[in-house]
Amino acid sequence: MRVLGISAFYHDSAAALIEGDTIVAAAQEERFTRRKHDSRFPSSAIRFCLDWAGLPLDSLDAVVFYDKPLLKFERLLETYHAYAPRGLRQFVTAMPVWVREKLFLRKLIRDELAAVHGSSTKKIKLLFCEHHLSHAASAFFASPFEEAAILTLDGVGEWATGSISHGKGNTIRQLRELRFPHSLGLLYSAFTHYLGFKVNSGEYKLMGLAPYGNPVSSRVDEYIRIIKEKLVRIADDGSIWMDMSCFDYATGLTMIREGVWEKLFGFETRTEADELQAHHCDLALAIQKVTEEIVLKTAAEALRLTGARNVCLAGGVALNCVANGALLRSGMFDGLWIQPAAGDAGGALGAALAVRHIHFGQKRETDGNTDRMRGAYLGPEFSDKQIEVAARKYQAPFERHESFDALTARVAGLMNEGKVVGWFQGRMEWGPRALGNRSIIGDARNPEMQKKLNLKIKFREGFRPFAPSVLMERASDYFEMHAPSPYMLLVADVVKSRRHDLPGGYHDLDWRDKLYYLRSDIPAITHIDFSARLQTIHRETNPRYWAVGKAFEALTGYGVFVNTSFNVRGEPIVCTPDDAYKCFMRTDMDCLVMGDCFFDKSLQPEWNEVGWTRELD
Amino acid sequence: METLKDLWLFLMERKKWWLVPIILALLLVGAALVFGGGTAVAPFIYTVF
Repeated sequence: MRVLGISAFYHDSAAALIEGDTIVAAAQEERFTRRKHDSRFPSSAIRFCLDWAGLPLDSLDAVVFYDKPLLKFERLLETYHAYAPRGLRQFVTAMPVWVREKLFLRKLIRDELAAVHGSSTKKIKLLFCEHHLSHAASAFFASPFEEAAILTLDGVGEWATGSISHGKGNTIRQLRELRFPHSLGLLYSAFTHYLGFKVNSGEYKLMGLAPYGNPVSSRVDEYIRIIKEKLVRIADDGSIWMDMSCFDYATGLTMIREGVWEKLFGFETRTEADELQAHHCDLALAIQKVTEEIVLKTAAEALRLTGARNVCLAGGVALNCVANGALLRSGMFDGLWIQPAAGDAGGALGAALAVRHIHFGQKRETDGNTDRMRGAYLGPEFSDKQIEVAARKYQAPFERHESFDALTARVAGLMNEGKVVGWFQGRMEWGPRALGNRSIIGDARNPEMQKKLNLKIKFREGFRPFAPSVLMERASDYFEMHAPSPYMLLVADVVKSRRHDLPGGYHDLDWRDKLYYLRSDIPAITHIDFSARLQTIHRETNPRYWAVGKAFEALTGYGVFVNTSFNVRGEPIVCTPDDAYKCFMRTDMDCLVMGDCFFDKSLQPEWNEVGWTRELD
Repeated sequence: METLKDLWLFLMERKKWWLVPIILALLLVGAALVFGGGTAVAPFIYTVF
């Protein structure tokens, strides 16, 4: 049985192909089109999936879209009706999109598929799966568990903004649903907007900013009180009720009523150009704590309702790895598994899995230990020949290493010298994290590494933290965590023995002063509050990346290093050798390894490209 | 036609008959838009619609 899942038209369009019990291929459209969060129909991703499997479109048993457009349309009309005449501006903006395109989604999808396929697609079975079922299926059916509670939390799908389900074998039974406009994802996005970051892409920046807040400050407590009294009521079961007189997204064209928020918190909406100040950091910390409280209460309710010993998460909020780490540490469940593409892209995979197991009733095999994601390495891969072709295009000199051991030893040596290495290998990752196949790596012990990576390579805000990759077998030497975190979706603290004492008044320091204080012996990946968003490296799923870790450990005694995605700010993670070489040359990266080919920056021809940043958002 | 059939089945299942006149009005507006060549612009907000 072959099923193609598609997500598109809102944000992060993607395609995923399953064949039998195997996830054959999955990729996000943005990686091919080079447009961040591309929401257009994922023609390139579909073409890749089919080419990878060597299948024509008409050999598929079904194509499934991750969302039910008519249900969403119903929600929109009922919302406008309920708020009338207040929602007129949004109504006038939204309806043309619907009457031109989204109401005719079935036809639109068939037309787009026909363009990919080159002929009529009338015989192809086209199905639609509810948004939160797609998320739930992406979490549970891909997980290693035979039975689990499933939490989905995001902005909004059709009506649902969150759900609790019970997964067992090849079934998913939804038990609770939180409905629009009350939404944890939209609440977090509202704060993202208020604090000057882009909605739907800056949420992780807000999460990264939160630790700069002062945890012992009365201002954080006061912000939490305001949030819980004025903006959102949190019930014991984790459900929330938001005071919509403070928010604008249900009917307007922005997230919040700015005047109301200014009165509540005492400062104006920050713009991207405004300097970050202590009160911004404190508010980021406050909403992060409120988010964690809601996630933990929802999880407790899921446990009560299902009695399951494991839990699976998906939906955009499941990318909040700080909240995920809090859930893991709570010990509420024996097992926790999070879909690596927890956002809407992952809906493509979930919809395909839901069709296989629920619509077609196919059995599901699990061993309780191994998930079905194959390390999330589900994207395109390129041969050394293709890498050579890219190098020739740019007349780029490189050295081919016949011995992979020699290559990893060389890379480890360079990292030890403070060099930054572009590491491009095998199949591209599925989901927003680079997991060692499209990564930039460096020495976590180097006190200058965070600054160098942020300012000279990623061209992004100085406060942004970096994440570590750590050999699974060494993880507990560095972090207070014993569970695997293969998809970089869990946060854990650096072990106490590695931390440095904080100076007196540390929490009162300006965030810039805190930033470069050496907090541990691995400062580049130790965030301001001693936390780290770690990825555990597993030999079984990525032997080449694991070999780099082993080589670095052999040289330095440290089985941990910095791993950041291979891109610059505003750019999708690189997909092809061409993308990788361009990114390498545009930045201060010192060397690039693609397959067995080693590129030394000092030997490359001069790079005179101008205006490339204009391509990015 | 497939879309109209889907809409009809959807309304039958959800029993939300009061949506019918709104949908009809919207389809008329839609036709005017399509023939008028206007463009739909999405605003800067989380894509709730």
